[in-house]
Amino acid sequence: MAFFIEVLVGGLLAGIMYSLVALGFVLIFKASGVFNFAQAAMVLFAAMFIAGMYGDWGVPFWIAIPATIVLMIGVAWGIERVVLRPLVNQEPIIMFMSTIGIFFALIGIAEIFWGSRSRTLDVGIPSDPIFVGDMLFQMYDLITAGIVAVLVVLLVIFSQKTRMGRVLRAVADDHQAAQSVGIKLNTVWVVVWSISGVVAVVAGIVWGGALGVQPVMVDVAFKALPVLLLGGLTSIPGAIIAGLIIGAGEALAEVYLGPIIGGGIDNWFAYIIAMAFMVWRPEGLFGEKIIERI
Amino acid sequence: MAAQAADVSSRARTSEVILKVEDVELAFGGVRALRGVGFEIRRGEIFSIIGPNGAGKSSMLNCINGFYHPTSGTITYKGQPRKRMRPYVTASQGVARTFQNIALFKGMSTLDNIMTGRHLKTKATLLENAFWFGRARKEEMEHRRFCEEIIDFLNLQHVRKTPVGTLPYGLQKRVELGRALAAEPELLLLDEPMAGMNLEEKQDMARFVLDVNDEFGMTICLIEHDMGVVMDLSDRIVVLDHGEKIGEGTPDEVSKDPKVIEAYLGVQEEGDA
Repeated sequence: MAFFIEVLVGGLLAGIMYSLVALGFVLIFKASGVFNFAQAAMVLFAAMFIAGMYGDWGVPFWIAIPATIVLMIGVAWGIERVVLRPLVNQEPIIMFMSTIGIFFALIGIAEIFWGSRSRTLDVGIPSDPIFVGDMLFQMYDLITAGIVAVLVVLLVIFSQKTRMGRVLRAVADDHQAAQSVGIKLNTVWVVVWSISGVVAVVAGIVWGGALGVQPVMVDVAFKALPVLLLGGLTSIPGAIIAGLIIGAGEALAEVYLGPIIGGGIDNWFAYIIAMAFMVWRPEGLFGEKIIERI
Repeated sequence: MAAQAADVSSRARTSEVILKVEDVELAFGGVRALRGVGFEIRRGEIFSIIGPNGAGKSSMLNCINGFYHPTSGTITYKGQPRKRMRPYVTASQGVARTFQNIALFKGMSTLDNIMTGRHLKTKATLLENAFWFGRARKEEMEHRRFCEEIIDFLNLQHVRKTPVGTLPYGLQKRVELGRALAAEPELLLLDEPMAGMNLEEKQDMARFVLDVNDEFGMTICLIEHDMGVVMDLSDRIVVLDHGEKIGEGTPDEVSKDPKVIEAYLGVQEEGDA
């Protein structure tokens, strides 16, 4: 039993890291209806700049991290100017294609600056194992969970309690109506992309710390995809809970199902979970039911 | 009807033109939605745009509000001709509107929806808002008070905390009006505010429109299908058909205009398609 709980908790905590990437997707999708393929690249981009500034230039983390946040806001502004503004009111598929372009551009820019070699990123999150009774947990995972919890609480407060949050919710609900009360969509997009840039910075630090910073990191970030499908594209709680389900499911399957079918299960099992849920709820656990008039 | 007309004319109206539309053309590819339409809206009046389906009424409203840009012709607002107006700029100059197919923020409460109408009245900066500093907080309280007054005015107290997506249609229309009022506009554009309502809801809405006009002196430009409502409420009416203006005047004049009667009743003259 202790072993089961150990695996379960480990899985849940790993799942939170998926949630973190999925969160960035959800924020942008809600506010602009754009499925931002580049979110994974934003995570890598942020991680490479932090690791690169620290490793190559010797910039301490307390400067490198805020500098990267500023950089991500700059990226958000640039994306709005160069990509979103000219494409406003285009079909969603065109917006989606353009984010694939952003994906490769961001990775390319990061590699121009820092090359493609692997780096470590250790911002000093302790990674000792700790024992609760006879169960073993990773300190790193627990702290990560704490960071994500704080981030989510901050996002909820921002969205529910501030005027800017209300503006963002308004834009997410209805673009035309938002414009008619005098909301500038351009500004809102910059804000939203900036926020998901900041989420990407956090995700980059956490992921980079766990796995090292290297271009293949984007593959792991794509684990956010089944999380998104499961949670529903527009729900922040959905992203968190789906991350937990996928993380736990993956870990349990790896341990209990893996030996039976020969291991290597964690690459695809997340998708199986997501698909199984979608048979039952096509809009995801917390997604909005979309009823279209034909 | 005569009593109504007398009542209408007794309301004080200025002759100051707040919005002047001249020779406006709007084409979508080969479709000419508006063909040389021109009229004037005077400060303080209730002005209606009527016409059969597809006459270009909503297109006209979208041009005024900046969602569409006229292919040619000019729209002059408060003496200033406007070129390629963006909706948020129009809003900042005091034009608010409602939509034919309700465009509310469905996940938000009635109060929050109406609060978004105060967007342009807020002066605290982005940063102050994000971190909820002193000025943002004080402003928020003032706006809140203003919005509560609108809620009282529109009898929406019982649903102030309800997500508007769950409200009945008639109430949603009323919330939408509230959001437009929250902006304290000088010119209020109403796109079929009574469409799909039952008689009682229509009467309520008509009363609100009249009250808004009387008490706040707000200029109103109204699109409506219900002829009874239009004739009762309007000071002046312009009639569109197939993108062209076919009549203009007081309700009395318009209802006697043979061209208008023809457009509405579909009387065909010889040789006319």
